[in-house]
Amino acid sequence: MGCFDLQQNTLRDLNAELHRQGDLLRDGGKADTEWEVLNPRGSHAVAVGVDGPLQITVCGSVGYYCGGMNQKGEIRIEGSAGPGVGENMMSGSIRVTGDASQYAGATGRGGLLVIEGNASSRCGISSKGINIVVRGNVGHMSAFMAQSGNLVVLGDAGDALGDSIYEARLFVRGQVKSLGADCIKKEMREEHLRLLSDLLKAAEVTDVRPEEFTRYGSARELYHFDVDRADAY
Amino acid sequence: MCGIVGLFAKNAELQSRLGMHLERMLVTMSDRGPDSAGLAIYGTTAAGKTKLTVQSSLPDSEFPQLQTVLEAQFPQATDVQTIETHAVVSVDTDAIDRVVEVIQKEFPRLRIMGRGEAMAIFKEVGSPSEVARRFGIEKMSGTHGIGHTRMATESAVTTRGAHPFSTGPDQCLVHNGSLSNHNNLRRRLRRQGVSFETENDTEVAAAYLSHQINSGNSLGKVLEGALEELDGFYTFVVGTRTGFGVLRDPIACKPAVLAETDDYVAFGSEYRALVNLPAIERARVWEPEPATVYFWEH
Repeated sequence: MGCFDLQQNTLRDLNAELHRQGDLLRDGGKADTEWEVLNPRGSHAVAVGVDGPLQITVCGSVGYYCGGMNQKGEIRIEGSAGPGVGENMMSGSIRVTGDASQYAGATGRGGLLVIEGNASSRCGISSKGINIVVRGNVGHMSAFMAQSGNLVVLGDAGDALGDSIYEARLFVRGQVKSLGADCIKKEMREEHLRLLSDLLKAAEVTDVRPEEFTRYGSARELYHFDVDRADAY
Repeated sequence: MCGIVGLFAKNAELQSRLGMHLERMLVTMSDRGPDSAGLAIYGTTAAGKTKLTVQSSLPDSEFPQLQTVLEAQFPQATDVQTIETHAVVSVDTDAIDRVVEVIQKEFPRLRIMGRGEAMAIFKEVGSPSEVARRFGIEKMSGTHGIGHTRMATESAVTTRGAHPFSTGPDQCLVHNGSLSNHNNLRRRLRRQGVSFETENDTEVAAAYLSHQINSGNSLGKVLEGALEELDGFYTFVVGTRTGFGVLRDPIACKPAVLAETDDYVAFGSEYRALVNLPAIERARVWEPEPATVYFWEH
């Protein structure tokens, strides 16, 4: 297992090393696939741009954009994450054992982001295929303009959930403070229960049942232009 | 961007090292804005005394003159301590208004940064480490303090445009964000007799808060009122003689992290600012909610 101490080495060295390991794997070479990152102390951009099936454990809290653009990497953050954790993630997984700050998983295209604590505002904003599972609550404007993918919230959601949402699916187990424009409560059909069951399983959540959730999604009245609704745009 | 920090020390041991901790917190935030930096330290108080912090661009000539004039006009009532471009003038509280009058009349180029029983303000153009070193912040003690490193947006990079802004005794404000209705609010406050020294948006917020506090409202009440009156982006940390408060606007784009232990409450724009504090790994660390007033008092 490789170990990187951010008190001893620079962030740039860490990310270059992780990128190099991804290159080695792609070229069919031998690579160190397990990494431990010590003393992140709130650093920005830890393990950004990972491109390969590496297992990375970050021992402590991180700042902005940890695991951004991740492809195939399995990143575990033992602590809390600053703004934009997993921003534009493509695939792989990120698990945050603490809380996540604003816009967790923003614009994510794929992969799984699990937040064991709470996520603050704008969680999953503009998501494009990412799956996000939050054990705690999410803040206001979560899933704003979310285009596809799933947001699963075991706790409560703040104001304006799913404002201007496209085709992402939202599952909330607790209370929703308010729904955003064009976001509505929807029927939970068999296919949704199955999907939710798979998502919970992938996130290793075993103590709640899919039936405890309510589904929300787009009323599809805002993103098809209709001159009679011009006032609402 | 801008970076802001605050530290509220709950015991004497930490209070003796307040300056050192605040300096380290602020220096960590340097890359959020390198234009200017400032700190407000709530230090020791003496019965019947008020501290006046003044700044000069010509400290070598102006401060000795100031000392001579004040000694002549207010014998035994004033004491001038020069620290770089600032002087902290300790004045008999009974004489404070007359002292201010003399300074304004005879030293029109001196800038009064703030006044109060406990508060002294040190702010200048330059990086946090440079500003903190010049004023010897590391050696200062106090019950609480706040700091700011600026990336200027709303007004010029000058000493006056640096934070903290103080518009009332022992009251000051640091701000990350920008206000959009500051011109209107400034006009309204001017009509109510409030005077302004800059075109800066944060000064308006500080003046608004002081105006409300002077009208007899508690800090908590005043901050709730600010949510109604101030439009724009803000994370504020407000210092008063007895404590500090935190307020974020309802959209809450501007970052904020709070940490609390039995020994302190600490605020940082980012968690990075807090990592050197004692026992931070055991602190309760959380992101303050939008549009929610937090405050702690000694």
